[in-house]
Amino acid sequence: MAKDHRTKIHASDFSVFYTEKQALFNISIDIPEHKVTAFIGPSGCGKSTFLRSMNRMNDLIEGVRRTGSMIIDDVDIYDKSVDVATLRRKVGMVFQKSIPFPKSIYENITYGLTLNEKRSKEELDHIVESSLKKSALWDEVQHRLHHSAMGLSGGQQQRLCIARAIAVNPEILLMDEPCSALDPISTAKVEDLIAELSSSYTIVLVTHSMQQAARVSDYTGFYLMGKLVEFDKTRTVFTSPAQKETEDYITGRFG
Amino acid sequence: MSAPFANLKTIPRRLVGAFAVGVAATAAVAVLGLMLGMLTDIVIKGAPHTTWSFLTEFPRNSNMEGGIFPALAGTTLLVMLMTVLGVPVGTATAVYLSEYARQSSSLARMVRFAVNTLAGVPSIVFALFGVGFFIQFIGKRIDAFTGSSAFGDGSLLWCSATLAVLTLPVVIVSVEEALRAVPRELREASLALGATKWQTVWKVVIPNATSGILTGSILAVGRGAGEVAAILFVGVTYSSEVLPGAVTDKFMHLGYHLLVLSTQSPDVEAALPLQYATTIVLLALTFFLNFAAIFIRSRLRKA
Repeated sequence: MAKDHRTKIHASDFSVFYTEKQALFNISIDIPEHKVTAFIGPSGCGKSTFLRSMNRMNDLIEGVRRTGSMIIDDVDIYDKSVDVATLRRKVGMVFQKSIPFPKSIYENITYGLTLNEKRSKEELDHIVESSLKKSALWDEVQHRLHHSAMGLSGGQQQRLCIARAIAVNPEILLMDEPCSALDPISTAKVEDLIAELSSSYTIVLVTHSMQQAARVSDYTGFYLMGKLVEFDKTRTVFTSPAQKETEDYITGRFG
Repeated sequence: MSAPFANLKTIPRRLVGAFAVGVAATAAVAVLGLMLGMLTDIVIKGAPHTTWSFLTEFPRNSNMEGGIFPALAGTTLLVMLMTVLGVPVGTATAVYLSEYARQSSSLARMVRFAVNTLAGVPSIVFALFGVGFFIQFIGKRIDAFTGSSAFGDGSLLWCSATLAVLTLPVVIVSVEEALRAVPRELREASLALGATKWQTVWKVVIPNATSGILTGSILAVGRGAGEVAAILFVGVTYSSEVLPGAVTDKFMHLGYHLLVLSTQSPDVEAALPLQYATTIVLLALTFFLNFAAIFIRSRLRKA
């Protein structure tokens, strides 16, 4: 397993159960800091479940249990002392279906910022601008910040959701198939963005598209039936996979 | 198959079908006819009497002359106070059921059972409940505690409280429906930004369900405005020369006024036009509220 970089997220023996059905089997993985890690695999392989375990979004589902540990920066995030809301500020998430809040563009970005503290208008203006610039949306929306976010195109909405997530200054960005509902041009924009953001954030990306994983990620993990079959540098996974199943999947023999 | 129907077998199936359509269509037309006939009758007999002065004057001469202003004002005050008392409780209950309770929890099931039961209780029972609980139990205790005598008797306040309980199921059901219509993705997006459950409910879920809460309130108001039985002994009065000056005063009410006109007038024949006119006002009020609710709801569906 690759160890060129500092580990940001360390899972060991991590399993998840939906009531009786086991969804993840003893996943152990070291996800490197400030890199893009992609998870690929057929539908229902557990990659999204694992992603949603990193910011404890699975806690919201009734009947979910887990065993094993998930450690981010030396903290076991499932420890009783961990405040989930604080964890989720540190571990941001972008979803497959990008739904902005039915508020203005400006309010979408300041939502997470103003939850627990008052901030000056100057500070908010500044963060809104820098978040929109980081998410490559500023040029398109700077003159209509106070218009409803619902008027944006699908691709713009997804970039707004990314801006909204990075506005609260997370260290990790989890992306759950962020491009699956986007056209090719919007997809290209979001992919460029992912590459840019990886210098400041640790990015974990779940994708159905192997091409996307190959294009944007530094490391790739292949999941199959709840197990992490292979995890290595993306180049290695796609050119000389160690496992037969990985090879079969990336060459299109199934999936 | 029993004997009288045995010969049905010999009738061609098409004929049976045509007969069924005929019966169904006749029933449908009959309903329409009844409705139109009733409205026409009310409008023809009541419209000449539904004048501006009828709406704005106090009743005179044992309700036989003058207008229905205090009844109109009393009904309005009643439903306003009822809304203030009932909608927050109903909304909070709906929030609990939709956002917090595990669907399998026994408390949630008990609350749902209570809501359904409440919806099926005859409204006269609410009147008795209003007297027993609000006036005798709560009101008398407030009086004993404060040394006043205002709360231990029927009043606008206790009528509003009784109607608030009566309309709770309407509010709870429509608010819960509206809360459930808020997309899960919005909740997840809020939580993923570090919002707590309560912050998510308060800042995202409830604002996105406002039209539903509004619809529920209007439906409740519509229901409450037309209700008479539930307030019979709780503080409504048959005639009044002043408007209620405090929530502990008695008040006049459109529906009750109708009952009074038709059962208590010195000259029933002479009171008929007044009854019709009052009916027009009452119907207009409830129709307006219901249509407002339908309008808001259809806007909500489109959005």
